[in-house]
Amino acid sequence: MQDKDQQITFEGYTCKRGLEYAQQEFYEPKRILTTTMRVENGFLPLVPIRTDKPILRDKLNEAMKVIAEKKIKAPVKMGQILIKNVLNTDANVIASRDLGRV
Amino acid sequence: MKSFSVDVIIIGAGSAGLAAAVEVKKANLDVLILERDKELGGITLQCIHNGFGLKEFEEELTGPEYVQRFINQVHELKIPFLLNTMVIEITKSKRIYAVNKEQGLIEINSKAIILAMGCRERTRGAINIPGFRPAGIFTAGQAQRFVNIEGYMPGNTYVILGSGDIGMIMARRLTWEGCKVKAVVEILPYVSGLLRNQVQCLEDYDIPLITNYTVTKIHGRDRIVGVTISKVDRNFDRIIGSEKFIECDTLLLSVGLIPENELTYQAGAELSNNGGPLVDNNLETTIEGIFACGNVLQVHDLVDMVTAEAKRAGKNAIDYIQNRHGRELKEPEYVKCAPGENVNYIKPDRINMQNLSEKIIFTLRARYPDRRILVQLKDQNNNVIYKKKKVYVIPSEMVEIELEPKDLPLDSLKTIEIEIIPRPEVLIEED
Repeated sequence: MQDKDQQITFEGYTCKRGLEYAQQEFYEPKRILTTTMRVENGFLPLVPIRTDKPILRDKLNEAMKVIAEKKIKAPVKMGQILIKNVLNTDANVIASRDLGRV
Repeated sequence: MKSFSVDVIIIGAGSAGLAAAVEVKKANLDVLILERDKELGGITLQCIHNGFGLKEFEEELTGPEYVQRFINQVHELKIPFLLNTMVIEITKSKRIYAVNKEQGLIEINSKAIILAMGCRERTRGAINIPGFRPAGIFTAGQAQRFVNIEGYMPGNTYVILGSGDIGMIMARRLTWEGCKVKAVVEILPYVSGLLRNQVQCLEDYDIPLITNYTVTKIHGRDRIVGVTISKVDRNFDRIIGSEKFIECDTLLLSVGLIPENELTYQAGAELSNNGGPLVDNNLETTIEGIFACGNVLQVHDLVDMVTAEAKRAGKNAIDYIQNRHGRELKEPEYVKCAPGENVNYIKPDRINMQNLSEKIIFTLRARYPDRRILVQLKDQNNNVIYKKKKVYVIPSEMVEIELEPKDLPLDSLKTIEIEIIPRPEVLIEED
């Protein structure tokens, strides 16, 4: 495929999804962020979390900092939204598991 | 001593044990899970990255999300489990001795046992790195547990030895947490984990990958202060003069996994060359009524494959209790399966020829990478009885072959040898 403005060519893909992935990877790669958040009164000190959709790779570091500053109270349920629309990426930070109190 | 009986005991509440337990419970059998940790879930809980579940659930999940689905089923089905409980002995008569703080020593009799104890990481001792024994040397999975579950950071600047998936994923995880990963060092000429992880964990963060090198000296007495790495030749012998020093305060080892089979061995079950128990196509060990699944049997690439195998072990344990347990049946005949050229190991190790109706699933690993190859099965007379073309094989990707019993010459078959060989020229031209 030929990119009209920049004369960039994508080759070697075997399906439409492959092409879309290659373009996304080239222009603005996105990643799902998976990390942990501090928990108060939890069965464990941390709960694993994720963004519910991929966010720009360039924003991962900033998102890590926002998440590091936050502490939530147990109990936590899998899928529970912990940060809404993190850094205006349109992605929410959600819990990856259930975590009970101490 | 407390003593009681159940139909099926499952040892280990990781991804394998939970899936097997759910399967057995669905047949209304009395099942009990024994787990040495303080919660259900196993190692998948500490794998907080995504990429799980694409086969089993057709969606991309993190490790905790994946295993939570099975934990929820265990609760919904009211499957009993004992936590903080360490199994110390299994007998041939399928009696188990275990200990925990509340009950002390307990004795449990069962009709069938499913082994789901998982695997262990190879340590520094397994690869013989010389030097002192300072603090700051961890296996990658151990560091993963500290960082993701316990909330401790093992160090600040890292060298990671081994480019397996856990090592690369930890490289990214530590970078995100603000640590510096100086290098991932790999003794082989190529990455031993998935390409996806090489791109998303190393290249995204400009973490150098140094292939054909290994750690040959650890510096520091109280705390590690650096490592010497050396280039290796084709026999993995170090090349004198190629040494480089890298300063670091922590060394992570991601140098392979070994099925954890002390209990299996001590029970008297035979082990095979991959470190897992010798099993037949029903995943039954050499002790009748004792089955094995998950990483205790063979180290898998994906948890989804563990789940699939565990469900099979569960089904076969049900079948054993319903049709074979307590009956005087004649000793089954077995066809032995052996690894041939470029095959590291093969599961199952033998095929039980009695009532062979279900499809047979072979899983194997190559010894070395190769392209344009044939995976073929040969009988005792060296006749090829099955062959399958593949574009490539690499040791880090398990090869799976499914066969219907009718595809095999059952009447004349005595042994099977599986080999991975380059395709003959004629075949290459056909593509």
